[in-house]
Amino acid sequence: METTNLSTEKKTNYLNADYSIKSWLLTTDHKRIGLLYLASITVFFLLGGIFAMLIRLELLTPAGDLVLADTYNKLFTMHGVVMIFLFLIPSVPAVLGNFLVPLMIGAKDLAMPKLNLASWYIFIVGAGFILYAILTGGLDTGWTFYTPYATTYSNTNVVSAALGVFITGFSSIFTGLNIIVTVHKMRAPGLTWRRLPLFIWAHYAASVIMVLGTPVLAITIVLVALERLFHFGIFDARLGGDPLLFQHLFWFYSHPAVYIMVLPGMGIISEIIACFARKRPFGYDFVAMSSIAIAVLGFLVWAHHMYVAGISTYAAMIFSLLTFFVAIPSAVKVFNWTATLYKGSITFASPLLYVFAYIGLFMVGGLTGVFLAAVGIDLHVTDTYFVVAHFHYVMVGASVTAFLAGMHFWWPKITGKMYPEFAAKISGLLVFCGFNLTFFPQFLLGYLGMPRRYHAYPPEFQVLNVLSTAGASILAIGFLLPMLYFAWSLRYGKDAGPNPFNAAGLEWQTASPPPTYNFEETPVVTWEAYNYDEIDSPQKGVEVAG
Amino acid sequence: MAGHVDALYFALVAIAAFFTFLVSAVILFFAIRYRKERNPHATQIHGSTALELFWTGVPLAIVMVIFVWSAVIFFMQTRPPKGAMEVYLVGKQWMWKFQHTEGPREINELHVPVGRDVRMIMTSQDVIHSFYVPAFRIKADVLPGRYTSTWFRATQPGRYHLFCAEYCGTQHSGMIGEIIVMDAVAYDKWANSGVDGSLASAGEKSFQQYGCSMCHRTDAAGRGPNLVGVFGHPVLLDDGRTVQADESYIRESILNPGSKIASGFKNIMPTFQGQLSEEEVIGLVAYIKALGNGTVNAPIPVSEPNNGVYPVAPKAEGSDAKSDTTANPPAAAPAPAKPAERR
Repeated sequence: METTNLSTEKKTNYLNADYSIKSWLLTTDHKRIGLLYLASITVFFLLGGIFAMLIRLELLTPAGDLVLADTYNKLFTMHGVVMIFLFLIPSVPAVLGNFLVPLMIGAKDLAMPKLNLASWYIFIVGAGFILYAILTGGLDTGWTFYTPYATTYSNTNVVSAALGVFITGFSSIFTGLNIIVTVHKMRAPGLTWRRLPLFIWAHYAASVIMVLGTPVLAITIVLVALERLFHFGIFDARLGGDPLLFQHLFWFYSHPAVYIMVLPGMGIISEIIACFARKRPFGYDFVAMSSIAIAVLGFLVWAHHMYVAGISTYAAMIFSLLTFFVAIPSAVKVFNWTATLYKGSITFASPLLYVFAYIGLFMVGGLTGVFLAAVGIDLHVTDTYFVVAHFHYVMVGASVTAFLAGMHFWWPKITGKMYPEFAAKISGLLVFCGFNLTFFPQFLLGYLGMPRRYHAYPPEFQVLNVLSTAGASILAIGFLLPMLYFAWSLRYGKDAGPNPFNAAGLEWQTASPPPTYNFEETPVVTWEAYNYDEIDSPQKGVEVAG
Repeated sequence: MAGHVDALYFALVAIAAFFTFLVSAVILFFAIRYRKERNPHATQIHGSTALELFWTGVPLAIVMVIFVWSAVIFFMQTRPPKGAMEVYLVGKQWMWKFQHTEGPREINELHVPVGRDVRMIMTSQDVIHSFYVPAFRIKADVLPGRYTSTWFRATQPGRYHLFCAEYCGTQHSGMIGEIIVMDAVAYDKWANSGVDGSLASAGEKSFQQYGCSMCHRTDAAGRGPNLVGVFGHPVLLDDGRTVQADESYIRESILNPGSKIASGFKNIMPTFQGQLSEEEVIGLVAYIKALGNGTVNAPIPVSEPNNGVYPVAPKAEGSDAKSDTTANPPAAAPAPAKPAERR
């Protein structure tokens, strides 16, 4: 492979191969589908962000004065539904995973390219139902759809929104299935399992969750629709059903779903630390296996959402114990990332700054998870702002920061262009500071007893709410800035060349942007993963790139 | 209780802060010490099993200690002490309705005496709510179709926030109230002023009104089990299982009588689902509970024509047999309700 001169000549790549709209809408190229997903989730992120800003503005004052109570309830519901089902779940796996998994394993495409395209269309159809629900009066059940409120009492568009969530679920099942099959069957010659990038391990683990967990959500949603439309007595006590059954079924998916949103981001972190410390990740096997451990244990902890919901004391104890176990593999990852820096040769590029922000925020999110695992404390802080702060630290502080870190790391690969480094560092700083200012006060609010989903609140909680709203404005700028300079870089950015960060990994050994079938010829892997010693040693450096 | 929860909470804050600052400091130190300018060549280290086991084992040990500690607190939070006074709660969109056993009813305010254990027996007549008093560090969901319970003991007189913590619709954030903690004397005065009768006596009226006393007689001739002394004891069922006669069992037996049939009886009782309000059910539960401890009168045996369609119910083995020893003499009229004196 003549990667050395790829940067200089103008070559055909996946972006300039065909400019027609049809070539995008009917593409089976995983890279183009990844970009279709990127465009879609960016729109949904902005939409969910607008809802979030309205929520924060309402909470600026104790009285419910900006919007009506019903409107507020719809805002937090739609914020949750859009952000979780239309942004976070597809964000890393369907954008970066889609784009990078075949490149990282030296394949031409995912194993099932047409299924991949179908999954995007299914996602769009599902999103259409959710948008329809939003535009025709909204949804006010909370993203959790708790029964019997959702099945009997809510006067909003539960069925169309639920149908939307049901449909998008299939898109995530198909993406997961595609990644699993691809990792099993499409690896380049010589690329053994233990030579796989940790990004692949993390995506593999998350894909297993998608395939096993999502059907349970689908079934649950069908039952909700049946009860709402035809009054089947499944969840409503008056019809002979059991409202707790819904919570068991819902969290059986929705707790593992947290790991769908977190694990792929962890893969990103491992790649970036290795590159900018110029080292093989410390404890590769343990980091890889901790992803699998998280995926397995993640299925055994769902009832920790239900300690106060009316389950038995002993059930709560067992789920508490299992929840403490799931803290361990996460801790192992953090320690190994830290140890990777030891005796590295570290460059403070913007992706690494995002990674540092990630580790800080993920630690706070993870450790407050330990608070919530402790039944005795959970009883007090569950369903308060403590929980809101905790899951935003994990879902936004960790997952979104990891996504941004990944976007900064692979943007040159995706587009062939460099973004302005200084602006990227500023935005990283804004995200970190704005995020902490937004959500740290919410831990205090929760401990002081402010329940979540409150349209109006007692005046003693105002100061902390004002801080949180102020932080949200900074955070919003931190999130908007990358969209601006990424867009700017498409036209004005410097050419990146195939490997601007001199990173290991097969994706860097082809052109940026890559050609339609990724590699001029199928690579044969004769080296271990993260061979930074070989890349950085002067006599071998050029040779390894080929 | 608040003290126990806070102690664990601040211990966890200390542990979390320690690890966050430790890891952050180490990362910053490495990032500066091993920056490219100072350390142009990385030293490759593949890992260390000893180190992995160390940082798997230490957190595991710490969280196991936390688990045991929090589990102990949780037992205290969920097991009400014996002899607690009882307050019934019906949640509805969007208010809290309390019923004291002495008789008073309240909406969105709950008066309790300081220093007494108070056990809440709670249900909802629509969606799920959650009874949350931050000052007492307790929270328990209030579900439709069943009873849940929690308890607290207020240590300081005063007024405390009561929040609904489970999203329940439009006025969720308006479903707030106050727990008013009074000293014992003031509470007694409050509880006994202007009250028509105890909760159990209200239940007794329903018991007559809905014809329960026709079958649930105190002599051996009833078609239904004699209910005197049933509460708080195990009941043998016709499928051989035994259940504890607690509030939930009584409730279920009223609303869905066929689900658990006491041994020796037939499934002949009609369901009262949809015919009784949650408040009436609570009254009946309180009455049947009071029948057990001798604080109210047993139902008047109604001379009812036993036309032979139903077999004369045999005395069930097991707990039902106990009833004859505790029954009050079937007195004439129910005594005007004295507030049930509780231990």
